[in-house]
Amino acid sequence: MNAAAEAIAERPATPPAAGSETVVQARGLTKRYKNAVALDGADFQVGNGRIVGLIGPNGAGKTTALKAILGLTDFEGDLKVLGMDPRKQRPQLMREVCFIADVATLPRWIRVHEAIDFVAGVHPRFDRAKCERFLSRTKLHANQKVREMSKGMIVQLHLAIVMAIDARLLVLDEPTLGLDILYRKQFYQSLLEDYFDENKTILITTHQVEEVEHILTDLLFIRDGKVALGATMEEMGARFAEVLVNADKIEAARALKPIDERGAVFGKSIFLYDSADPEQLAQLGEVKRPSVSDLFVAIMKGTYA
Amino acid sequence: MNAILKSPFAWLLKREYWESRRGFLWAQVTTAGVILGITILGIIAGEVFRARMGIDGSVRMGAANLSEMLRSATAHDIGQLVKALDMTLLLFGFIASVVLFFVMFFYLLGALYDDRRDRSILFWKSLPVSDTATVVSKVIAAVVIAPLIAAVVTLAGYIGAQIIMSVWFLAHGVNPFSLLWAHIEPFSLWLHLLAMVPVNAVWALPTVGWLLVWSAAVRSKPFLWAVVIPILAGVLNFWVGLLGLPNIDTRFFWGDLVGRALLSIVPAGWIAPNSVGMHGVDFVNGDQLAAISYSSMAHAFTLPDMWIGAAVGIALIAAAIWFRRWRDEA
Repeated sequence: MNAAAEAIAERPATPPAAGSETVVQARGLTKRYKNAVALDGADFQVGNGRIVGLIGPNGAGKTTALKAILGLTDFEGDLKVLGMDPRKQRPQLMREVCFIADVATLPRWIRVHEAIDFVAGVHPRFDRAKCERFLSRTKLHANQKVREMSKGMIVQLHLAIVMAIDARLLVLDEPTLGLDILYRKQFYQSLLEDYFDENKTILITTHQVEEVEHILTDLLFIRDGKVALGATMEEMGARFAEVLVNADKIEAARALKPIDERGAVFGKSIFLYDSADPEQLAQLGEVKRPSVSDLFVAIMKGTYA
Repeated sequence: MNAILKSPFAWLLKREYWESRRGFLWAQVTTAGVILGITILGIIAGEVFRARMGIDGSVRMGAANLSEMLRSATAHDIGQLVKALDMTLLLFGFIASVVLFFVMFFYLLGALYDDRRDRSILFWKSLPVSDTATVVSKVIAAVVIAPLIAAVVTLAGYIGAQIIMSVWFLAHGVNPFSLLWAHIEPFSLWLHLLAMVPVNAVWALPTVGWLLVWSAAVRSKPFLWAVVIPILAGVLNFWVGLLGLPNIDTRFFWGDLVGRALLSIVPAGWIAPNSVGMHGVDFVNGDQLAAISYSSMAHAFTLPDMWIGAAVGIALIAAAIWFRRWRDEA
């Protein structure tokens, strides 16, 4: 582990400021596969009404964590989702939880009206009129089969179905994988405009951190099966700072124990600080709030080493 | 009734039908249609042939004109005619059964595999449906819905054949109503075919379970696992016996293990073992209709084969449910 990650790990992962209740509560979440440990005692919480980004490098355990939350895999440790045990109460849990795991997962043989009829038939919280309203904005027609659709159209159908389900928790695992930029933007836009409200919680994993940064309320960085950082965006803004330092002040900047340093133009350097004194930082240069991706890179440094 | 049709489980059955209607319905309709088409071609060929030979237009059977023959028909002749008509229905039923076997076999092999392969399982699993309900809906689709559709198509094919015959009779000035339709009573025989559906269903359970387990468990090629493993085991068992080492009786192995694992979904597959138990009725060589009498069906439920197979089948289905629940598609 590099110095930055160590420094951060010393601090307890701050639970996201929960709303009235906790939607996901994990303690010592562990999952071992034959040859690898996917989750190694991860602790985290997800509060009600939050949009949480679960972010980590490949193989860090993101998907395994989501699968555990959705009751798709067995695990060790304590995990409660909406007060239920996902291993034992999966069908009940699925009334309150919805997920999109990579958009291309709709069955290829199904027609639009069959998909809607079916979900309306088995899901007590599905609002058919709402779904049809979403679909009316698209070019999809009732008799169209999924196999005849482009990937973007499948996304539209899947989203229309999922957004018409009044779920308490929506889990998205790399939802925009393989989509072009137009659909990716549209995806998150409709999620915010047509779906999200204070009673809903969204948990997203994605590699495209820049894309979701502006909609997240909370961050969970996961590394080697453990939560490396859990914070709300406000806390993150208060805690982490990025300073653009001129060459002459680099030594002073290093003295303040930055968690990351990288070169910039004109001999300047960018330093990333965790919980440093803002006044001291202001004397070094221009202080900014770091982007999630820069923070991610700093914390995950050495992961692939 | 309406409440049942709108229950979540009914939607699961509808989904199975939607996904597999090509096999369940259209394969049967196409086959019946082909038979009817061949019948029409045969009649036309016969007509052309007769026209060339210069035989007069009235229908001849043997030497006699058909209308004359009818007038002189005895009760015995009528009985033979009815039997021939019954056989037409059984012929349609037989061909539908062959189609049904293949449809069920590949449906069951794919039932818990295809959606894992294309990852749409993740969509199904995002809905509040238990894995038990999912698997049971696939069992019901295979042993009840597909056979019921086959039975309906059988009846339709039979009626279609009678209509073709009627047109032919009419074309020759013979009244089809007095000759054909007055003697058609397909429903009692057809009800026997319907009554066989539950008997076949219970008998089919070991194969249903066997195919579903492989469908739910393997990462790829369920066909190879489900078919090659029992056949290899049978060959190996035979070979061990060949060496003079202790082995399982090969007849039992092929018939009661491999046969029941792979072929129990053959419609009316219980008739042969049943005939061993029902003394006095020679199903195979004698009266075929006796084999599917209600008493014969009731008797089939007294076979230990029936119940042992059902118990094994249910255990295998339970295993398939477990795999469906916990198989990790990492």
